[in-house]
Amino acid sequence: MKTLSGLATLGVAVALGIASPAVAKTLVYCSEGSPEGFNPAFYTAGTTFDASGRTLYNRLTEFERGTTKVIPGLAESWSVSEDGTVYTFKLRKGVKWHGSKTFTAKRDFNADDVIFTFERAWKPEHPFHKVSAGKYPYFDDMGMPKLLKSIKKTDDYTVVFELNAPEAPFIANMAMDFASIQSAEYAEAMMKAGTPEKLDLEPIGTGPFYLVSYQKDAVIRYKAHPNYWGGKAKIDDLVFSITPDASVRWAKVKAGECHVMPYPNPADLEAMRKDPSINLMSQEGLNIGYWAFNTEKKPFDDKRVRQAMNYAVNKQAIIDAVYLGAGKLAKNPIPPTIWSYNDDVKDYPYDPAKAKELLAAAGLGSGFETDIWAMPVQRPYNPNAKRMAEMIQADLDKVGVKAKIVTYEWAEYLKRARAGEQQTILLGWTGDNGDPDNFLNVLLGCDAAKTSSSRWCFKPYDDLMQQARKTSDVNKRTELYKKAQVIFKEEAPWFTVAHSIQYKPVRKEVIDFKLHPFGGHLFYGVDIKE
Amino acid sequence: MLRFLLTRLTLIVPTFLGVTLLTFAMIRLIPGDPILLIFGERNVEESVYNQMKADLGLDKPILVQYAYYLGDLAHGKFGTSIITRTPVLSEFLSLFPATVELSLTAITLAVLIGLPAGIIAAVRRNSVFDHTVMGASLTGYSMPIFWWGLLLILLFSVTLGWTPVSGRMAVKYFVEPVTGFVLLDAAMAGEWGAFRSALQHLILPAAALGTIPLAVIARMTRSSMLEVLNEDYIRTARAKGLPPWRVVGLHALRNALIPVITVIGLQVGALLSGAILTETIFSWPGIGKWLIESIRRRDYPVVQGGVLLAASIVMLVNLTVDVMYGLINPRIRKGR
Repeated sequence: MKTLSGLATLGVAVALGIASPAVAKTLVYCSEGSPEGFNPAFYTAGTTFDASGRTLYNRLTEFERGTTKVIPGLAESWSVSEDGTVYTFKLRKGVKWHGSKTFTAKRDFNADDVIFTFERAWKPEHPFHKVSAGKYPYFDDMGMPKLLKSIKKTDDYTVVFELNAPEAPFIANMAMDFASIQSAEYAEAMMKAGTPEKLDLEPIGTGPFYLVSYQKDAVIRYKAHPNYWGGKAKIDDLVFSITPDASVRWAKVKAGECHVMPYPNPADLEAMRKDPSINLMSQEGLNIGYWAFNTEKKPFDDKRVRQAMNYAVNKQAIIDAVYLGAGKLAKNPIPPTIWSYNDDVKDYPYDPAKAKELLAAAGLGSGFETDIWAMPVQRPYNPNAKRMAEMIQADLDKVGVKAKIVTYEWAEYLKRARAGEQQTILLGWTGDNGDPDNFLNVLLGCDAAKTSSSRWCFKPYDDLMQQARKTSDVNKRTELYKKAQVIFKEEAPWFTVAHSIQYKPVRKEVIDFKLHPFGGHLFYGVDIKE
Repeated sequence: MLRFLLTRLTLIVPTFLGVTLLTFAMIRLIPGDPILLIFGERNVEESVYNQMKADLGLDKPILVQYAYYLGDLAHGKFGTSIITRTPVLSEFLSLFPATVELSLTAITLAVLIGLPAGIIAAVRRNSVFDHTVMGASLTGYSMPIFWWGLLLILLFSVTLGWTPVSGRMAVKYFVEPVTGFVLLDAAMAGEWGAFRSALQHLILPAAALGTIPLAVIARMTRSSMLEVLNEDYIRTARAKGLPPWRVVGLHALRNALIPVITVIGLQVGALLSGAILTETIFSWPGIGKWLIESIRRRDYPVVQGGVLLAASIVMLVNLTVDVMYGLINPRIRKGR
């Protein structure tokens, strides 16, 4: 009897051995921090999106991995009405939800889930709006509450969005993390069970990975979703090993404790390049670092003074000293990776004599006193604002302008900048959806002028912005945005500094990891050598 | 004895209130607005901002906010994190075991090494060993933990490859948290591979965190031993012809230990503050890292609740030490 059961065990073991791969493929990503939570609609931080929207969920449209191109996601196709206010999405069939100990989906993804997701964020009276103390900063910031008129389904796999005004970037907006689709069925089940907040705490999505466990500040574990609509991920397990210190992250990559890390210390780049087990990937980021002039304050209300500032500062020296080469000279407010980038725009050359001339013409031949606000923190678009401010200060001194450097703690800095206390300020932006509107209008349009760093509202420019929003014809929009960039350069509300380059050390055994232009980290499609 | 205990307990109340007031006021005195930090460079509509402020109760006068806070505390409510929207108490309880595990290991290391080192240094006064121990402990005491931790990682993890760089356990192991102490959980689950991995992960952070207490204990033991070794009863013991190990180990050490134990008790507070740096470097998921992060995000409820809980534990430990001291030493109990 003993022999028999022994043989049976052996048989089962052999069968199992053949049926499943010998070792699970595990990819370890040394992430820079804990996610704030697992419902991407509540947050705005990239760290959170990496751990939630980009792993667990899908959206109607998606960004193609490694590009800013919008491709079908949970919607297979879509059409836009003539006047640009009605968007009809045809949804994908047979999309399976993750399961958990407490919930197994009885149906596939359908139109009810789309309506549930958007109405939750949109309508304060929605039963789930206030669940988990819900706040929807991104949804609000993208102007969705004002934009949406109605969301209806015409059948289980067709959803119609009606807008109050044409909004060309709408399709790209649908690919953003805040628009990640949650399950209406799961929500209903949790509401019935009296634990509605589980919807956000124990996430169920349609994404390529499902959540296995999360230990705050330590580790997040995912497994590949076996029934993923795009096909099962090539790796079996995905682990986020949370490591806030950049030097420690690098030590872990070197020691083979993780495969990929974000945000290296610039000082470590040289060692990364030399390490034979590391592939140091780099890409221009979807960002802009700029020095803005408060056009509401004298003397920066005078275009000539703003132009003079543009002539007075040596940009290349800043790129070399502040970005340590990890930056690309910026002449337009959008990075070259975004469509409609106008390469014909001529940047102001470094020409202190010309600057003095312009200042004299503006009646400031004897110079003036001003301030330069410098951020206290490192941002993706500006690694060292203090140093940058010092260099600008030195350059200004040469044309007779005495500038003092001002800085506040980060939150205070933002608050005062929004109130317009600055004369000139260093700041920047990282793009959300790859649409030119997301830079040119969000930062420089008249709608933004009340709180923007330059407080610049110029009607000819703004007219172009409004026209471009109203059409979804990409060629027409490109033309309008190109014109806008010319006006921007002439009016000079900013001194455009640089588009910073993002670096990622990746271990050589990782196959097909692609840098995401928005700065995020996506692991679906990535493989690992055994 | 009861009166002594009651006096000590009554003293806890003003200390506790003081901590609530200090944390409440200090986090609000630092400039910065939690809502604006959530939005960053992004624009926030006035109406949305006001709504969020009202939802968080931050629109009320500061004294009213404080009164509400105390009222909640009286009901045992420590508030809810602005960022993660989970109760502060449950976050604290899920992270605190990691800090305790690290601190206990650190103090154990410190005692195991510091005590014998101090004794030998005292017995062989002015020897090479004495000078080495005293020199090393002075260096250890003055070492910035942050730098020291990175140095340890560079040497032992990167160059020599003996220990893992950071974290609590290799990612290939997964032990369901029961107590929150990974060593205990792994042992209970019988996962010895995970246990070994957890132990390896503990060594470096415990060494970094234990360095200052080690230095303090070694120096304290040495000076206290030296004092005792000059006492008359030691001379008597020697004169009786007792073997040297008995003189040192029993007669001297027992008496020398009293101040050393007090110092060890006082190190609890130092360990908690040291843990903040150590946990950040070694990605150790304890309360130190958690507090740093919430200060950065101006997560008022977490900073208030977290510091208060940590302070309560320090108070509790100090109270226990006081009471035990009173039990051992009647002079203190009687207040003479």
